[in-house]
Amino acid sequence: MSETYPTTWRRPPQIIRSARWRYAVQLGIAIYLALALGTIEVDWGRVADGLARGQRFAAGFLQPDFVSRWADISRGLIESLTMTLTSTVVGVLISIPVGIGAAANLVPAPVYFVCRGIIAVSRALQEVIIAIFLVAMFGFGPFAGFLTLSFATIGFLAKLLADDIEEIEPGQVEAVRATGASWTQLVNYAVQPQVMPRLIGLSLYRLDINFRESAVIGIVGAGGIGATLNTAIDRYEYDSAGAILLLIIGIVMIAEYGSSYLRKFLQ
Amino acid sequence: MLHLDGLSKTYATGEAALSDVTLTVPQGQIMGLIGPSGAGKSTLIRCINRLVEPSSGKVILGDVDLARLGKAELRRQRRRIGMIFQEYALVERLTVMENVLSGRLGYVPFWRSLLRKYPARDIQTAYRLLDRVGLMNRADSRADALSGGQRQRVGIARALAQEPELLLVDEPTASLDPKTSRQIMRLITEICAERGLPVIVNIHDVPLAQQFMQRIVGLRAGRIVFDGAPADLTEAALTEIYGAEDWNAMRQGDSEQAEAEADAARRLEALAK
Repeated sequence: MSETYPTTWRRPPQIIRSARWRYAVQLGIAIYLALALGTIEVDWGRVADGLARGQRFAAGFLQPDFVSRWADISRGLIESLTMTLTSTVVGVLISIPVGIGAAANLVPAPVYFVCRGIIAVSRALQEVIIAIFLVAMFGFGPFAGFLTLSFATIGFLAKLLADDIEEIEPGQVEAVRATGASWTQLVNYAVQPQVMPRLIGLSLYRLDINFRESAVIGIVGAGGIGATLNTAIDRYEYDSAGAILLLIIGIVMIAEYGSSYLRKFLQ
Repeated sequence: MLHLDGLSKTYATGEAALSDVTLTVPQGQIMGLIGPSGAGKSTLIRCINRLVEPSSGKVILGDVDLARLGKAELRRQRRRIGMIFQEYALVERLTVMENVLSGRLGYVPFWRSLLRKYPARDIQTAYRLLDRVGLMNRADSRADALSGGQRQRVGIARALAQEPELLLVDEPTASLDPKTSRQIMRLITEICAERGLPVIVNIHDVPLAQQFMQRIVGLRAGRIVFDGAPADLTEAALTEIYGAEDWNAMRQGDSEQAEAEADAARRLEALAK
């Protein structure tokens, strides 16, 4: 009897059912790509110049100079690290209430919308844009950087915390509620134990994002190692720039290994 | 004593989960609530402590109508009602002791619960309850390190820590093996008998209900269709509750299971010799 069943099977198309439309879309993409590539103008002379500069840059990397600008580098690094740590702590402290307020299963609708609004604003504005604003407001230096990173941390952490709270085990919440617990006790006993490991993991992750961002926003004047790096490149001191980049890579790697070790330890 | 009067619940979807349920549970009675899935058993016990808001009707515990309370007063009244859950509903990352002490949350101010500085009497009660359910040496374990039966024992201790006047039990054995199920049912009924505590147990295992309950109420599509002693639960009554099915085969299956258990126990004993 088994001979009467088909011996071949093909996965049915999942997104676009009609074969004609599928081919039309594929053709459209190919035509667009061809046209777009045609509009790119390449000035080969400038490419050659750039390659020569790139070569000097690479040479600087291979012979990084930590010594001649060490005073500037170490000041920049300390500024960046200070900025990173303080902004992460302040950002986390603010994002916890905002994140709880943005969890639909814990708060009434008006609170939810306000907190989601705060998150949306913080996430909509990219760090560099906020840094430009804040540098204009508070002047050059790490204070503007600290404010920028704190603000960006709120959007990132509060959103992920809120999403995590919305996915907690409802049975545990129900059980604690059934004992006659107040709202704060409910958060402390049923919610906090469920989200704590992830909150710590996310905070550590944000710590290393903030360090990397501190290098970027330094370029627009918000202090830290980014400012030092910018100065070094402006002065064509590629050996010092190389040293700075190596230091940034090293610190990010330490943060990466350190935070994954800590997270494993906390779980 | 608990008295439900004309209790109804219609969900936002328009589905009527409970229609006009009137029921009295006297002091010290162990009542089983049986019925098919979706008959409204869970809704009924959750309407009592208002984890689900009833649409209409009264829930009278002692002389308070729970259905009419404001938020703060509801929290105070919830302390009087202990609840035991199907999937244990322990807070898994907290210790066993914290889970038991969480039964006292309605009685202590926030700072005490936050700092885990419970009054000496509460801690003593928690230890006594842990000893009663046989988990004295697991007080400092995390709840997720326990087996299913042990977790349900913690659930029982937590509910009793409230010093409740009524116990609601939602499918206490649904996630447990048959032997542990019987142990848990025996523990619940023994403790309630000791304290003269009225209990409502949602239970889908009819033989288990007949073995342990003093009274059985059958629910079908949100209405009470049977109310009587376990012995009165005839085949006709079960058909009324669950629809047509071969009930004798089910009973037989259960006696087979009991035999198999006894056989396994004998073999273990033989091995031990």
